[in-house]
Parts: sequence; C-alpha cells; structure tokens
Amino acid sequence: MSTPHATGPALDQPGLREYTTSGGDWADIVSDAERISEERIVVNMGPVHPSTHGVLRLILDIEGETIKELRVSTGYLHTGIEKNMEYRTWTQGVTFCTRMDYVAPIHNEVAYCLAVEKLLGITDQIPERASQIRVLMMELNRIASHVVAIGTGGNELGATTMMTIAFRGREEILRIFERVTGLRMNHGYIRPGGVAQDLPAGTLDYIRELLPNVQRDINELMDLTMANPIFKLRQQKHGYISLAGGLALGLTGPCLRATGYPLDIRKLVPYCGYETYEFDVVTKDYSDPYNRAWIRFHECFESLRIIYQALDRLEASEGSPVMVADKKIAWPAQLSIGGDGQGNSLDHIREIMGTSMESLIHHFKLVTEGFRVPPGQVYQLIEHAKGVMGVHLVSDGGTLPYRAHFRDPSFANLQSLSMMTEGGQLADVVVTLASIDPVLGGVDR
Amino acid sequence: MGIEEKAPAGIALTTIENVVGLARRTSLWPVTMGLACCAIEMMATGGPRFDISRFGMEVFRASPRHADLMIVSGRVSHRMAPILRTTYDSMMEPKWVISMGVCASSGGMFNNYAVVQGCDHIVPVDIYLPGCPPRPEMLLNAILMLHEQIRHSPLGVNREEAARRAEEAALAATPTHDMKGLLA
Amino acid sequence: MSDVTPTPTPDELVTAPPVPESARRLDVIGQRSGMFGRIGSGDTTGFGGLQRTVTMPGNSTPPFGSWFDEVYEILVEVLREQGLDPAQVIEKAVADRDEFTLHIVRTHIVTVCRALRDDQDLRFELCLGVSGVHYPADQGRELHAVYHIMSLTHGGRLLRLEVSVPDADPHLPSVVDVYPGNDWQERETWDLFGIVFDGHPALTRTAMPDDWVGHPQRKDYPLGGIPVEYKGATVPPADTRRNFS
Repeated sequence: MSTPHATGPALDQPGLREYTTSGGDWADIVSDAERISEERIVVNMGPVHPSTHGVLRLILDIEGETIKELRVSTGYLHTGIEKNMEYRTWTQGVTFCTRMDYVAPIHNEVAYCLAVEKLLGITDQIPERASQIRVLMMELNRIASHVVAIGTGGNELGATTMMTIAFRGREEILRIFERVTGLRMNHGYIRPGGVAQDLPAGTLDYIRELLPNVQRDINELMDLTMANPIFKLRQQKHGYISLAGGLALGLTGPCLRATGYPLDIRKLVPYCGYETYEFDVVTKDYSDPYNRAWIRFHECFESLRIIYQALDRLEASEGSPVMVADKKIAWPAQLSIGGDGQGNSLDHIREIMGTSMESLIHHFKLVTEGFRVPPGQVYQLIEHAKGVMGVHLVSDGGTLPYRAHFRDPSFANLQSLSMMTEGGQLADVVVTLASIDPVLGGVDR
Repeated sequence: MGIEEKAPAGIALTTIENVVGLARRTSLWPVTMGLACCAIEMMATGGPRFDISRFGMEVFRASPRHADLMIVSGRVSHRMAPILRTTYDSMMEPKWVISMGVCASSGGMFNNYAVVQGCDHIVPVDIYLPGCPPRPEMLLNAILMLHEQIRHSPLGVNREEAARRAEEAALAATPTHDMKGLLA
Repeated sequence: MSDVTPTPTPDELVTAPPVPESARRLDVIGQRSGMFGRIGSGDTTGFGGLQRTVTMPGNSTPPFGSWFDEVYEILVEVLREQGLDPAQVIEKAVADRDEFTLHIVRTHIVTVCRALRDDQDLRFELCLGVSGVHYPADQGRELHAVYHIMSLTHGGRLLRLEVSVPDADPHLPSVVDVYPGNDWQERETWDLFGIVFDGHPALTRTAMPDDWVGHPQRKDYPLGGIPVEYKGATVPPADTRRNFS
C-alpha cells in the first residue's frame, strides 16, 4: 500500500515518471530531474557509418527514440585544400578546388574560374561558346548531383534499388563528361579564361543520344518514390524548417526552396549567360524531406530544359573560340590524343616551335610561372547543386592566390541539421540528413 | 602405388592451401570505408554498369566484424586516422586492404599538414591502386589481382617462410633514392 | 597601416567632389624582394635585388557607384541615430571591381550587422559566412575577418565587411546573435586562423582534431608535407620549393 497522497497523479499514463519532492523550487526540481534523467543516453553515429552520407560524426543525446540534442562533428575529411591553393598557380588551383564537393566538381571549378576572371577584369571577354559549354557542363553536373543525392538517400534507408537506378542514370552523364573532359570525375576542365579545350567532334549528337536515357532513369526514380506509401511515411511531416529559420541559419539550395522562397543565384545574380536561358525556379510550400526530394527531381527536369537550349546554342556557335583572346592568360594547350595516347596536338607543337616565338614564350611563361593577377579581392556567387556557393579570392599581385576561401553550401546547410531533428525520432535523423545532402568534401575542405 | 591409385574416382586430391585460397577469394565482403571522391567511384562500381556483385561483393558491410576487405577509398585526414585503425582492428582475420586512389596510397596531390601520406602508415596494405579517382574498371582489376593473391597465399609455416623471405628481399633491395630512373 | 593623408570625415566625404580613379590611394600590405618567391635559391639573374611593394586597392571616396552610395549613406544615418560617430565605426570604404567593402572597427561589428540586417532599406538578411585572411605584413592589423552579406529583398546586393584585429589580441565580438548561421563559420575561422570570437556559444575546432595546436591557415604555419622521393630525385613539399610569386 503506497503512502496516501492528497491528490492522485496528474495523468494516468503508464510509464510516466513520477517524482516525489518535499519543498524546494519547482523550476530547480524539474531541471535537475531532466539533467539526471536515467533514460538519456549518448549515442555516437560515428564517422564510419553507412548512412551518414560520408565521414560525418553525429553525437546524439536520445531518450528512448526521441532526440534531445544533436551535435555534429565535422573535420574528418579536412584536406587543407584552401591552404594548398596558396602554393599553386591560379590555373593549378582548379584541380584543387574541384575535389572539394566531389559529387558536383564542375560547379566548384566554374565558381573559382569566374572569381579569377573577375579579379583579372576579363569577365566580358570570355567567349560565348565557353560560357555555353560551362552552362552545359554545370547543368549536367547538377542532374548527376541530385540523382546521387536521391539515390544514396534511398540506399541509406535500405532501398538499394534506388541507388542502382540512380547510378545507372549518372553513368550516362559520366560518359558524356568523359567524352568532353577525359575524366569521369574531378575534371579540371574549366580554366580561368574559358575551358581547357573545345567539345570533341560529334559530342552534341552523343549528348542528344544519351539524354533520353537520363530522363528515363529520373522518371523511374520518381515512379519508385513519389507515390510510394513507405517513402511518403518516412519522408513527410518531419525534419521541418521554416523560411525564417532557414535564412537565419544560412540554409540555401533545395532545402530553402522547399519552404517556398525561390532563392536561385542563377536568377538573382546571373552568371555565364543564365539570364538568357528559359527555366523556372522550383519551389514547394513545406520543407520536409519529401518535398526536398520532389524539388530535386523537378530541378533535374529544369536542368534538362537548359541543356537542350545550350545544345542548340552550341550547334550555332560551332568553331568559335573557347578561351579568352588575351594570350597572356589563355591556357595554351590544344590537347589531342597523339601517338603516345596523350598530350599536345602536333599542330600546336609545330606552331610554338617553328612559327611563332610569342606562342612559345607564352606557353613557357604560362606553364612555369602562370599569369599574374592584379591585387584585390572578389567574391563570386554561383548556384551550386547544393545551394549557394561563394568563392572569396584575395590576390596580392602574384601568380599564386594569396587566399582562397570557399563558402561551401554543404557546410552551411549542415548547421541546420540540429534544428531540423531535435525533438524528433532517431530514425528521422538519417532521412533528414539525406535530404540536406551534405557532401563532406565540401564541408571539411 | 599409394592412395592416389586406389582412391575412387571423384575425390580431388589437393592441398589445404588450394582449398582455402579458393574459398577465401570468392565473395569478399568490403567494409564501408568510403572517405572521399574514390568512394563515389566505389559506389559506381557497385552500380549496375560495373557490377561488383558478380564477385559477390555488393554487400558492403557497415560492421567491420562482418567484413573481409577494407577498401580505403579517399584521403585519410589526421582526424580520421585513429578511426581507420580502429575499424581495421575490429575486422576479423583473414582480412585484406586495398588502398584505392592516390590519396589513400600516398597522400596524392595533398602533400600537406592535414592528410596522412598514405594509409599504409596506419594499416598494412595488400594492393595499391593509383588513380584520381581510379575508374571502376581499375578497381575491379585491383580486386581481381587481390583474388589472385589470396588464391595463392601460403598458410601456416609456409606463410612465415614467405614473410621472412619478403622481409629479407625488402632489406636487400635498393632504396628509391639510389635507383637510377630516367634521370640517370 | 601606412596612410599618407588622413581619412576624410563622413561629412567631408558626402560633400567632396568626385575624385578621379588615378588619385585613389593604395594600401600597402607587404614588400616583396626578388623575382622568385625564395631567397637564397642561387639566383644569379640579378633580379634578386628587385624590390616590389604590394598594395591592395585602398580607400575610395564617394560617389562609389551603383547602389553603394545608397547603402553607405543609410548606414551612416542609422549609426548617427544610434549615437555613434560613423568615422569611428567605418574605417574605410573600398569600391573595387564592382564590389563594395566596408572596413569596420571591431568593437562595433555587431551594431553594424544588426543595422544592416534590420533597417528596411538595407535588409541584408542572408549572411554568407565569415572567413579569415592573414596579412603578416600589415603590422598591428594582421588578422582580417571578412563577412559577406547579401540582401535578397533588394535584388541580390552583396556587401563585404572587413574587420582587422592584431595578432597580439585577436578578439572580435561574435555576430551569432544577429546571424545565427555564422556559428560554424566563426568556429572554422577560429580553428584555422586563431581569431577568437567573444560571445560565441561554443568555439571549438571544426576541421582539425580537437587537441591540435596551432592555426593551420595562417601564413606562419607551414604547409607541412614530406619530400617526395622519385628514382634519383627528391621533390620537396610545396612551401619549401623555389616558386614564382
């Protein structure tokens, strides 16, 4: 027989914790009870985890299945890229910055090259064909990035087929990249002043041939997910953030567009001629993982629209230069596959060795020393696949950058993970994390 | 003469090394040690086009206790190094390591304060695979070479003998410093 | 900072006649000697005696161009309303390459950020982050923290705020109360440069291990790296090689 009480317990729920006190400040008692709560445990979702989207460490304070506190620990992929770039020429910097967000490397390259061109003051001298190629490559990369995001998100939930279909579609895009740049990933193709070399003959037809496959795979992914009741149950109505919260936390990209605000740098501060392309900014009204996935799918379709427009323009501008005219900046190599399987085209070598002394000098100076950039600092924004990417470049007049800082969208987006998941269920952490889609190479740089 | 003449047809006469080699090399399960860009190529290898599943390897085990193979794919930062070692130690013998990509093999293009210059500073590596990132076909080639290595790996006393000979050869070999390459 | 003539007060700035481009004063951030980046490299070309002054684009005077004047005038007005002397808050205003940079005195950075965010004609809602730049030659003002803020309401205006702190006392008030998104960015700046943000809720390392000593992206921190051996040759790490700069 328990001690008689003046009043019974407030609620009749089983398992509800009861505290018996005698005097003391109510607020103190409650906060002490919270603090020493026996059922609260700290769980580590370590850097090696199939569902943390990379080497990310999450430290979760959970009580039962509810997350009380979520702390994010980054830095497991810190590579010192920004410091490394201070010891390489402006052109060599491209190969470093490309490896930050390795799922969408072209975007990193374009942001960096646009910033260098801004510092040089040659932004309006970039040939139109180079800008068109940049747009084409960026939009292809946007599709590849979104498709990886959705596919790996599905894989982390256990739906392996989503990953296989996503990677099948991405392979088509990687074949296009390989044809144009020579590499499937981490291309080093966009150079300050333009692009490294023109599209090889027949590329445009090749792209037109492969794009329907990409579209088919995106459609297949949509069919698998958007009406799937399990997918909807897992992805809707949690992991929410409001527009005010998102903007305050610096959240950008599909996560912010899902709240309803059409923030897209391609429309706000256009670059590479985006103001001349016809496309819509996709938004939704409630930012939960389902809507973010929906937005990513529809952004892929918008990207396809842009790609078709770019292909038409590239057909029209066949034969135009793809590098800035100023020979003191333009990367001199005209690459082609020679007898030994690599290297400069024989015509180019004949020219620099036989015909033009200036070409030889330019080639020598550019390859050994690099071009010099007048002192100053710039900030270039682009709409990266994951959000708003900013590149802050400081030049001290030399051939090496004085400081290169990349405002990576994944780094800023990941901050809002705590906001989105605390108070929710443990299983939703994985889903929310996948919907933010951080790429740890960009987060840690 | 001996048992080889009297044994009924259908019994294969072989050595334990052969049997064990055949058994171990099939269906090696990798642990999810995907670090950076090479991890994406590793995932692409698991995709339908390159299909690592034909070797029985599409099950990337999250728990190192279930895994046989660690494909270190990507740059190992100093913060990640202890975790890499812990994961390696948690794996059960027999275990193998493929160091995928130049960053894992030697630090790659990142010769700086933040990156361990080769994961062989931390874990013993069986196959080094260069590339930035290596194509999925290159990864499959590395896996096939590993299969060959496993198929013919010695056991027991033979293994100790092989290790001793390898160490003697390494001690007697010319250091890289003294080798005359194309510059000589 | 080497200033040849004193900075004009804001009153003078608003009424001063436009100054031609060529008269813009430059800011010295360092001296470089020699043709190549390394001294004592056995350079016999004679370029070893070359002395070059490195200058950044310096203070500009109004009119700055496009929307810069509007923002500058409104900010000056808001600061005056709050009882602050704009000349004591804004050290410099630089308009260069279509971008506007305001150098702010460190004690007032939170006030300025709040004014920029809240005033309806300024409305710089989105903070794109803070990063550091280390100018070891800028005596007394070595560490610069650079903030980029963007106004979405007013069509994507991008403004840069630069705050300089000395190496000896690298403290700076945190703007996390105004722009919560700056949380991790400030942690990263602390981690890589050693700029301490006072008032930050949890200033811990983001990139390096928690017990790391030193701030890697400072100019006096070595790149770290090992010499790479080839057959018959060794290539030293990038920061000890002879290079062109």
